[in-house]
Amino acid sequence: MSSKYDVLVIGGGNAALCAAISARRGGASVLVLEGAPKFYRGGNTRHTRNMRCAHDEATEILTGPYTEEEFWEDLLRVTGGQTDEILARHMIRESKDILNWIVEQGVRWQPSLGGTLSLGRTNSFFLGGGRAMLNALYLTAEKLGVEVEYDAEVTDLVIEDGMFLAACLKRPIKGDTEIRATSLVAAAGGFEANIEWLKQYWGEAADNFLIRGTPYNRGSILKMLLAKGVQEVGDPTQCHAVAIDARAPKFDGGIITRHDSVVFGIVVNKHAQRFYDEGEDIWPKRYAIWGRLVAAQPDQIAYIIFDSTVVTSFMPTLFPPIAGQTIAELAGKLELDPAALEKTITEFNAAVRPGTFDHTILDDCRTEGITPPKTHWARRIETPPYLAYPVRPGITFTYLGTRVTREARMLMADGKPSANMFAAGEIMAGNVLGKGYAAGMGMTIGSVFGRIAGREAAKHARN
Amino acid sequence: MHGTRILDEADRLMTVCNSCRYCEGLCAVFPAMEMRRAFSDGDLNYLANLCHGCGACYVDCQFSPPHEFNVNVPQTLAIARAESYAAYAWPQALSGVFARNGLVISIVAALSMAAFILGFAALNDRTVLFGVHTGPGAFYKLMPHNAMAALFSAAFLYAIFALVMSVRAFWRDIGPPIGGRADGGSIFQAMRDAGELRYLHGGGVGCYNEDDKPTDRRKLFHHLTFYGFLLCFAATSVATLYHYLLGREAPYPWWDLPVVLGTLGGIGLIIGPIGLFVAKMRRDPALLDEQRYGMDVGFIAMLFLTGFTGMLLLILRETAAMGPLLALHLGAVFALFVTMPYGKFVHGIYRFAALVRYAQERRSDAGS
Repeated sequence: MSSKYDVLVIGGGNAALCAAISARRGGASVLVLEGAPKFYRGGNTRHTRNMRCAHDEATEILTGPYTEEEFWEDLLRVTGGQTDEILARHMIRESKDILNWIVEQGVRWQPSLGGTLSLGRTNSFFLGGGRAMLNALYLTAEKLGVEVEYDAEVTDLVIEDGMFLAACLKRPIKGDTEIRATSLVAAAGGFEANIEWLKQYWGEAADNFLIRGTPYNRGSILKMLLAKGVQEVGDPTQCHAVAIDARAPKFDGGIITRHDSVVFGIVVNKHAQRFYDEGEDIWPKRYAIWGRLVAAQPDQIAYIIFDSTVVTSFMPTLFPPIAGQTIAELAGKLELDPAALEKTITEFNAAVRPGTFDHTILDDCRTEGITPPKTHWARRIETPPYLAYPVRPGITFTYLGTRVTREARMLMADGKPSANMFAAGEIMAGNVLGKGYAAGMGMTIGSVFGRIAGREAAKHARN
Repeated sequence: MHGTRILDEADRLMTVCNSCRYCEGLCAVFPAMEMRRAFSDGDLNYLANLCHGCGACYVDCQFSPPHEFNVNVPQTLAIARAESYAAYAWPQALSGVFARNGLVISIVAALSMAAFILGFAALNDRTVLFGVHTGPGAFYKLMPHNAMAALFSAAFLYAIFALVMSVRAFWRDIGPPIGGRADGGSIFQAMRDAGELRYLHGGGVGCYNEDDKPTDRRKLFHHLTFYGFLLCFAATSVATLYHYLLGREAPYPWWDLPVVLGTLGGIGLIIGPIGLFVAKMRRDPALLDEQRYGMDVGFIAMLFLTGFTGMLLLILRETAAMGPLLALHLGAVFALFVTMPYGKFVHGIYRFAALVRYAQERRSDAGS
């Protein structure tokens, strides 16, 4: 038994829903298969809050223009040139219209949130956050007649000569265990929640990683597509990782477990040794390096250590800092060697040069004579209580994906475009983002390529 | 740690929310939260009363149940809000009324209506009680105007006094506004915010109900109820002025101001509460303080009863049913007045006070 749709969308996040809506608006019958239960629908979109779109003028919610060229330069900088220029420029051009298109799909914008002033010009924030955005997209899709199934795990894809034929289901839907469709849109995300897969590149260290999104981002669709001859793109060994609170849950802790206090103190490993310049660059530009740095430390754990003078300099945190009246007491609570921590902090304090502290610029507060140095915002840690956050690598997303054309059509390993397979969102983000990240870009990739993929998939189905 | 379990939970949630802030654009609660890094009992009661319970932050939250962070702001603040009514009630001896509010309100209403009927029957003979009275002074054949005025003024003034004392305790407990003082501008802003129910809008799309879609019409029905109540109050006030200043006695003809105001208000007080009740039945139980179901329904029922008996009285005032209907209507209104400080009515007063405080904080925040 099998049912037949014009367009089958696998995945349930921003890219999948934009594809489903755009395909449905293009006249196609559409089924969305979301592998997660309804509450966890939407993958990483659940935890997002904004999207980066080019615009020539300030809007009600954006404080000034952000031209295509500036967007391109930002992308070039964060990826170090590891991007497909034609595809990236196409996406940036399309992103301008997305600002309006996404509102037509029921999503509402708001000005940048408190504590995110640096994004006020470039990024549009979703009113109510990523889940609110998803709710709006699902509501619109359902009103348009898109069918949505949850807990719909796909176990296999039937693909012949680059042509999608059917998807096999773990659990039958309306009695069918196989869904046929004229076109496929794969928008099922990356494999960041698949610890075994991460272990292929990171070894046992991956056991100590925390996953910022849901446990359902297992990359099974990506794996099937690559195994069936779709060309891969992006560095399979790489992932976006930030330092998040070590007390966070293994999965789905989202944004609230992050720490933006690194620049206000020092960071030590389990041997109470510093290992990187905490004052290298302005937050949040170097936000994402700390996940990787902590991943490289023994047992993948580190501690941000600061004193009571800076507590109100950063956003309130979900988990309170661990406190000690003396360095030794703090070390005891963190299970670090007290003598080693005292030595590290004494040496650091002695190396701090006088300067004028200003966390909004690269100020002149720096250390001299220690390795690694702290090149900005270095101030002595000397006012008890002494405070610490334990941190671990928090994995946001992976870079490995399927190569696509400007029409979001998958390319096969032999370089030929697939007849009827399209991809959107994180599963193909590696085409644009070879490495690095800039806030809101994942959602841009999702919405722009989702909309294109849906339109092209519907066009194929109608012909 | 706070005084109660629910305030501990509210504190936990505000700590979660303050490290997220995605809901900042939805209403006043989250911006007010962001002005603080720690929360006293008063702060939490302030935030609880600032919340209008639209439910948007629940359906928008990536950490709402079944997520292990178990973030349910609307329900937690609804419970905290109800507990705050009891905590600030004057006199404190009557704070227990909030715990079994539906029961107490029904008993008071029944007793009050029975007292008026029995009183009318005892003081008037059957021909008067079931007689047909028309023309000026018809109502006062059953109960002298001065007696009526004295009784209702006493009940009303008591309600006002008890409410003032309660809100005073609340105002003191929520502390001085962050960086500001009470001023006319803030009060005017709060009147506008309350008058248009600015924050009962789900961030712009409306309130949420059981199918997590913003299709709820509570704002409309609340407007009908609230403005219906005000119109009825205005009708009574105008009639009182007619009586004492112009010497014109009720009942008035249908086109006269008190009757026009009363009729419009009565329609609002019938449709509004029915709509609110239906909306309540259709809401997701996860958003509600189900313990306080009786309090909410009791108040809705009292408003409906007031409007309904008033309209019946208007329609049938020239028939033999006038006497008993007048007794029922006066009984309903009397019960509404005396239970005002100890029922859901107080939500409007505390929320208004919270909106004034919020307007103050916003103004001083913008000024700094």
